[in-house]
Amino acid sequence: MRLKKPSIPYIAWMVIFTILPIALILYYAFTDDRGAFGFQAFINAFGYTGVFLKSLWIAFISTLICLVLAYPIGYFMSRQKKSVQNVLTMLFMIPMWMNFLLRIYAWMTLLQNDGPIDTMLSLLGIHTTLIGNQGAVILGMVYEYLPFMILPLYTVMSKIDTRLIEAAEDLGCNRLLVMRKVVLPLSIPGIISGVTMVFVPTASTFLVAQYLGGTDDLMIGDVIDKIFWSDHNTGSAIALVLMVAILIFLIILNLFGDEEAIAA
Amino acid sequence: MKKLYKVYTGLILFFMYMPIIVLIAFSFNDGKTTVWKGFTLRWYVDLFRDARIMSSLWNTLAIAILASVIATVLGTMAAIGINNFRGKKKILVQNVSNISILSPDIVTGVSLMLMFTLAGIAFHFQMGFWTVLMAHITLCAPYVVLSVLPRIRHMDYSTYEAALDLGCNQWQAFRKVVVHELMPGIFTGFLMSFTYSLDDFVITYFTRGSSFQTLSIQIYTMTHQRISPKINALSALMFIAVIILMLIINFRDRKEEKKLGERA
Repeated sequence: MRLKKPSIPYIAWMVIFTILPIALILYYAFTDDRGAFGFQAFINAFGYTGVFLKSLWIAFISTLICLVLAYPIGYFMSRQKKSVQNVLTMLFMIPMWMNFLLRIYAWMTLLQNDGPIDTMLSLLGIHTTLIGNQGAVILGMVYEYLPFMILPLYTVMSKIDTRLIEAAEDLGCNRLLVMRKVVLPLSIPGIISGVTMVFVPTASTFLVAQYLGGTDDLMIGDVIDKIFWSDHNTGSAIALVLMVAILIFLIILNLFGDEEAIAA
Repeated sequence: MKKLYKVYTGLILFFMYMPIIVLIAFSFNDGKTTVWKGFTLRWYVDLFRDARIMSSLWNTLAIAILASVIATVLGTMAAIGINNFRGKKKILVQNVSNISILSPDIVTGVSLMLMFTLAGIAFHFQMGFWTVLMAHITLCAPYVVLSVLPRIRHMDYSTYEAALDLGCNQWQAFRKVVVHELMPGIFTGFLMSFTYSLDDFVITYFTRGSSFQTLSIQIYTMTHQRISPKINALSALMFIAVIILMLIINFRDRKEEKKLGERA
């Protein structure tokens, strides 16, 4: 069976709905509002460098926190009986499937002034504002994307042969050394796909900062949303830069992965 | 050490579920704030009486069903074809799928909006149901390709040839052997598409035009205006829907595992 034709509708579809729109972004980014070629859009976009770097930074921190929180869970899950693994996978997937706005809204309810957490803290004599700051935004992102880090880590780690760990233990490795010499190198592919799945959406997210940070110019996603409706050119330029930045990040990440694989 | 892992996993699960549970608890609160004023079901009654929410629900389901069915057909056909491509062409086609999976939602959203706006001017139409549907098919189809491709690689073509030798025509052999073999992959792709479409906010937000409403958009409007316990009631119902869907999938997986076990 050497069928190639069935893929034609899909390829045509993807050219029209993926390649063409991206080409349009390119076109708008390099022209002005009268359609003349130029770099005005990028010059305008340059004004948002601060927001841009800040978004990447917040995404980086959120990804790092997710990785640190998720790693032990992935390992723990991978060493359980198959039935326990299935239940835990399901438990981590259910919140992921709740509507993303509802999950952010849940944190808004929890963190608001005179909300449940604030009330509890005031009873303890702690008076502080929980919402409307960068910490709340990072908390929201970590909450939103933690399962996207846990699941790929778990999937890769569940393929690590227990005998390898036992062998390392028999040969005199302590727990820390087993982690560093066996589990960590073998889990690199999981780390890479987890970091990809968290970093890409957090770097480009919008609304989280509006809901939890109380501001619409903290994250670049919100800026794109705000500008795009009125100024396609500047909006396209920012979107293009964001896409390229994410692409570069992914390429570097994967290079790192390849090297690790060779070294191991 | 093992106990530590257990406690830690429990804490993270608490972190994942606590906001959802609080949200659901307040859906039964007879008051508009987060202070408990007694039990009520009136928010649920209000929810079902809200014509806008109900029509958004139908729109969401219509889009999700149509988009996932079309994406499944497109994606499955594509996977069969892509598997027969060789060398550079194959890498090219796969990379087009990857672009659409890896590019941030907001970029996909604004780029499609650009295209639909231009196409709308050229062909005299406005963004609405159809543009959202097309955008969702674009969002979902690559995931179907991804989930069907590995199944095809492991397929035994001799069974297809055997079916032909035993008197099936090509279509019958395709349906009874190929589709049958690929079914688990196709179904996974379909479910992924369905949930991505159901959950999507960003892409719908940019391609919906001015009047088309889905549930996500409705939630956005509601959360942006002011806090209404109707949203909590909606969250509770959606949470239950997610759990039911999850149980169905898990049940199906178990059955499949059992079947594979019997065969082996």
